[in-house]
Amino acid sequence: MKIVVDLNRCQAYAQCAFLAPKVFKIHGEEALTYTPLAPADERERIRRAAAACPVQAILVEAEAGPDGG
Amino acid sequence: MAGDLKSGRIVIVGASLAGLRAAEALREEGFAGELTLVGDERHLPYDRPPLSKQVLLGQVHAEDTALPRRREVHAKWKLGVRARGVDPIGKRVLLAGGEELPFDRLLIATGTRARPWPNAEEDALDGVFTLRTCEDAAALAAHLSAGPRRVLVIGAGFTGSEIASACRERGLEVTVAERGPAPLVGALGGAFGVLAAKLQIAHGVDLRCGVTVTALTGRDGRLAGAELSDGTRIEADIAVVASGAIRNTEWLAQSGLAAGPRGIACDAGCRAFNMYGIVTDDVFVAGDVARFPHPLFEYQMLSLEHWGNALAQAEVAAHNMVNPGPLRRPHLAVPAFWSSQFGINIKSVGVPTFSDQVVIAQGSLENRRFVAVYGYRGRVTAAVSLNRAKWLEHYERMIETAAPFPPEPATVEPAARAPVPSNVPDPKVLSHGPTVSLTGYLPDRRLTLRHWGG
Repeated sequence: MKIVVDLNRCQAYAQCAFLAPKVFKIHGEEALTYTPLAPADERERIRRAAAACPVQAILVEAEAGPDGG
Repeated sequence: MAGDLKSGRIVIVGASLAGLRAAEALREEGFAGELTLVGDERHLPYDRPPLSKQVLLGQVHAEDTALPRRREVHAKWKLGVRARGVDPIGKRVLLAGGEELPFDRLLIATGTRARPWPNAEEDALDGVFTLRTCEDAAALAAHLSAGPRRVLVIGAGFTGSEIASACRERGLEVTVAERGPAPLVGALGGAFGVLAAKLQIAHGVDLRCGVTVTALTGRDGRLAGAELSDGTRIEADIAVVASGAIRNTEWLAQSGLAAGPRGIACDAGCRAFNMYGIVTDDVFVAGDVARFPHPLFEYQMLSLEHWGNALAQAEVAAHNMVNPGPLRRPHLAVPAFWSSQFGINIKSVGVPTFSDQVVIAQGSLENRRFVAVYGYRGRVTAAVSLNRAKWLEHYERMIETAAPFPPEPATVEPAARAPVPSNVPDPKVLSHGPTVSLTGYLPDRRLTLRHWGG
């Protein structure tokens, strides 16, 4: 599943790094790095991470996926 | 009228962040007509910031950076197709290959491309790279994985500095050559540049400022090294040219639009100007390629190569494309960007180059945790945090309200800090192009920059 984080908004509360540590990591003191294309078995953890983000900076692609065409 | 605007044909030229977010916003706003996106890259929209970070570190494949969608856009995608012109009277976009796309309204979001190494023969050497596209990043990452003896980075702007940081993190030897006095001075001014230089050196970068690379030398078609203007030579297997970006406006040369090397001029509602300075009502602009007046910065025309600006401006452009005059919105977002390099997180709000002074308002340089606040003629115009992102929001509000500079001290440390000159250089002296260009009020002048140069 595709993820993008608005790093202008991110303030390194690091909730995501606790809830989905394979996908979100704090690099150094407060720089967030993440895996933009995460494996499907992380879905539930990613959803929780996105919901828990205090500044709502995480966008996860909607369940239905893009229309592609 | 409003009903008409929700139907018809909209063409978006540029299928990256701004183009995609505009397409989504158009549908969100109720546009039910025909939507076509044209992109010269063969990929669906992808995110570029990871290319100079996670991808170069080998943590993420360059191809795995596709942008998630906020909603379905029900668009026709023309990818891998270059637009070669606009016929403003016939209202058609002309595509390479001869196809023509008729439109009722057009959004131009063609962004920028990396400035190539000026010598074509040297540029063709194996091992010479730029970094802008997914393919660039994939090729560079593969070469870094092969374990080069030394990487030369030409230009110490944000991209160049992030590349150097990734190289050091991978344990690679790296030389950074910058014509200006220090890294990042183009965006953050001289006071910050001193710190950026120390940071690079502390992380083992062989930093050469005040020099230019005069030649890239090859052996059997492969890069072997470089000659610098101070007479020194270095050996390098890889050279990354990080000399800023070129705005993709050449294709509009015959369009009659106010398009040039600094972007396409538009009003605060993202409507493009034509070459007479008359606003068009059916051509809109968003993202890196736009040049727009911002009230917080004396209505100077701004060009921003910022992820956040692409997003915000695309939304405003889309809104204004499907709403009649009185319902249209201005694009007033405070510019913001981030960069992570050498283990630190740099975030900026406002326009640091629109400044004459800077003061460390909170924290300390020594601890590498602080907020630097920039002022211009006694009001706050920007703030940059280093590993203190949570403090920025406060200063963003000060920028929005033109609060007096220097701000009230927000520190318990007794030593009152005095503002110092921000020393923003004339962009002409830098290897790296500025990511924020204050381009003055007229297309051929850069008034504010001349003041700074003096």
